[in-house]
Amino acid sequence: MSLHSTYDLLRHLADSWGLLVMTLVFLGLAAWPFRPGAREHNRDAANLIFKDENDG
Amino acid sequence: MSTIVQNHKKLERNVSLLGLFAFVVVAIGGIVEIAPLFWIDNTIEQVKGVRPYTPLEQAGRDIYVREGCYVCHSQMIRPFRDEVERYGHYSLAAESMYDHPFQWGSKRTGPDLARVGGRYSDEWHVQHLKDPRAVVPESIMPPYAFLAERELNPGDMTAQLTALYRVGVPYTRADLAKANDDLKVQADPEADTADLLKRYPKAQARDFDGDPSRLTEMDALVAYLQVLGTMVDVNAAAAQEELAREKGR
Amino acid sequence: MVSVLSRAGIWLAVLVLAVMAVALAADTGFAVHMTIVALAAFVGLCVSISTVDYAAVARGIIRTPADPGIYDDDPIRWGVIATVFWGMAGFLAGLFIALQLAFPALNLNLEWTTFGRLRPLHTSAVIFAFGGNALIATSFYVVQRTCRARLAFPGLARFVFWGYQLFIVLAATGYLLGITQSKEYAEPEWYVDWWLTIVWLAYLAVFVGTVVKRSEPHIYVANWFYLGFIITVAMLHVVNNLDMPVSLFGSKSYPLWAGVQGALVQWWYGHNAVGFFLTAGFLAMMYYFVPKQAERPIYSYRLSIIHFWALIFLYIWAGPHHLHYTALPDWAQTLGMVFSIMLWMPSWGGMINGLMTLNGAWDKIRTDPIIRMMVMALAFYGMSTFEGPMMSIKSVNSLSHYTDWTIGHVHSGALGWNGMITFAAIYYLVPRLWNRQRLYSLRWVNWHFWLATVGIVFYAAAMWVAGITQGLMWREYGPDGYLVNSFVESVVAVHPMFVLRAFGGLLYLAGGAIMAANVWLTILGKLRDEAPMRDAAFDPEKDRPLAPVPAE
Repeated sequence: MSLHSTYDLLRHLADSWGLLVMTLVFLGLAAWPFRPGAREHNRDAANLIFKDENDG
Repeated sequence: MSTIVQNHKKLERNVSLLGLFAFVVVAIGGIVEIAPLFWIDNTIEQVKGVRPYTPLEQAGRDIYVREGCYVCHSQMIRPFRDEVERYGHYSLAAESMYDHPFQWGSKRTGPDLARVGGRYSDEWHVQHLKDPRAVVPESIMPPYAFLAERELNPGDMTAQLTALYRVGVPYTRADLAKANDDLKVQADPEADTADLLKRYPKAQARDFDGDPSRLTEMDALVAYLQVLGTMVDVNAAAAQEELAREKGR
Repeated sequence: MVSVLSRAGIWLAVLVLAVMAVALAADTGFAVHMTIVALAAFVGLCVSISTVDYAAVARGIIRTPADPGIYDDDPIRWGVIATVFWGMAGFLAGLFIALQLAFPALNLNLEWTTFGRLRPLHTSAVIFAFGGNALIATSFYVVQRTCRARLAFPGLARFVFWGYQLFIVLAATGYLLGITQSKEYAEPEWYVDWWLTIVWLAYLAVFVGTVVKRSEPHIYVANWFYLGFIITVAMLHVVNNLDMPVSLFGSKSYPLWAGVQGALVQWWYGHNAVGFFLTAGFLAMMYYFVPKQAERPIYSYRLSIIHFWALIFLYIWAGPHHLHYTALPDWAQTLGMVFSIMLWMPSWGGMINGLMTLNGAWDKIRTDPIIRMMVMALAFYGMSTFEGPMMSIKSVNSLSHYTDWTIGHVHSGALGWNGMITFAAIYYLVPRLWNRQRLYSLRWVNWHFWLATVGIVFYAAAMWVAGITQGLMWREYGPDGYLVNSFVESVVAVHPMFVLRAFGGLLYLAGGAIMAANVWLTILGKLRDEAPMRDAAFDPEKDRPLAPVPAE
């Protein structure tokens, strides 16, 4: 396969299925931390720095 | 689904996994952008006229690097009408292919120097470097009078050219062996320069700093400035063909 | 005893090697540097074989409180002092070179004091010495608190601190002597680069080691940012600084990369020095100190997770925007531009996350000057992460590139974001590290805040005007079809702006001096007798409607 057709192939992928897949993956990953099951876990993590008040 | 949740928690609680994953994420961008530059035609192609620097030019370049000239002077002309009219033909990739390190710069507190070679006389450069405001009263450039005072003592030029050869500059065996002689010959108006000019085509051999009796750092720096942008004849047919290939600029 | 002997043996070996290197040196600069290394090794040797407990002496000088054995805070105290010291040195160097550009006689006609040699001194002092010490000190502080664990490898942590100071001294003296690779923000020569690599790997070991021995199951998000910063900087530093030394006993080397490849590797490094050193690392500070000072958790922990992954993924692509319209292939420039614009989103996500942490406590901006500094830092972070993507658009860049607009942009980020968040962290840390009731003076913090803010405004405004002036003058055509301005006319035109910029820098430096005094007096345990900073007094007697007065 010549270099040129590799370019064409990737170019074609980049503005069709590849783009779609990447968009979906991105949306999935961005939504991921907002899944309902993570609420509790994230609240705990955010408050972790206050557990020990005299840690001066 | 629940296994994915477990896996994700693992990532949040395992520092080596977190570190590894972060490393992979940050490595992708660099690899995709940088790696192709080592095999794409217009970034590795030779253009007629581009040759390695002579020992004197390279010594001058090392002074340019030492003094940090890049903080105020770029060496990269962009393809805009005003830049091309002000500084000359826009820069080609091949013109800096032997520049270790590249000195394209990022700021023009002073003008671009990519094609400064041949635009001013040696005397102008010497005067300007010694006292910039004697030549351009409004200039804010620092004075570099000490360059004219100091003997050029770059150490063993063969060692320096060998180091450059090792990082990919195609010096010949003769170039390496004669490096220390070449350094002196190029700035000596009395010397026989035929051999030097054969190995370094179109090199300019003369006294540069106005004092033929001494080989100073000024000689080297002016020799470097005078070769900048002069290697490629941008109006030649071959160069034009190359320019046409460097699309989108 | 064995450990004392082996430690003394290492110092002696280093000393002997350094002295040999001085004797064999191929150039003066290398000899000077090896003398510095030899001196450092000699001091280390004396300290390790002497019966005097120098650690105790040092603790006396900097008034260290007793170590309760929970956290290892000594390297952090040194780091805070080093941060303040190098900050002042860097700001002073910056003011001096700003004045050189306005009044070139200040180059003093000496080779060591030209702008070309001092400018890297300024950039390295503020980025690597001031910023780097702040990052190392705060990361050691935060990682211990959030992991509830004492520093792993305490000896190595001390090596990191002193090794990093040696790196700074070698780099700084090298610039003055003309030892430089002239690669922006990567100027130190090959042996200094190798030294930094060793110190950096030790830093990684201490940090990861502490995280590993944590007693808290979750790794707090600030540590993610610190870890991302340490790993990425290691990668960038090593790849960008692959060099071929001319001689093992000389300072000169030639970088492996040349031309286009060199340019892209350099700006891949250079932009991510901004992205990871000056952004990810400082965001880690933000994610710990802002919630702690505001006494409320981060606005959205989930947003911080997205912020982290999006930021580190996108930043690394953005480097080519430094090379628009150059000989770099077009596709790489476009890629750099697209990713730079996308970066706007995670950056503002992070800013919003920080600012909204104050939701419900906005009154603290009025009453707490440290919170005020943090808010201003986040505001400047937001401003420069909007300006950056805008300047990375090719058509904007064609005007702004090579001009002082870039310098203004960098400084609104560096002075506004990095400076302010660091000052806030220092003000947070000093009373806690030295076990003081409070800072010497909160009102001085207020003075510092205003001097710094007004200074940045002068600086950035002057550079915007100067940059756009340069960009427009360079491309101005007259009706005759010729360029209107010679280059030097643009130099003359921006002279007043250069003077104003120096004035802004002077204000910023003055604020720094107030901080240095405040920190020092706090360490000495003094308290300034001053009215506390608080709301306007509430008087219930006066909080009632005026009694109606019948008309006469």
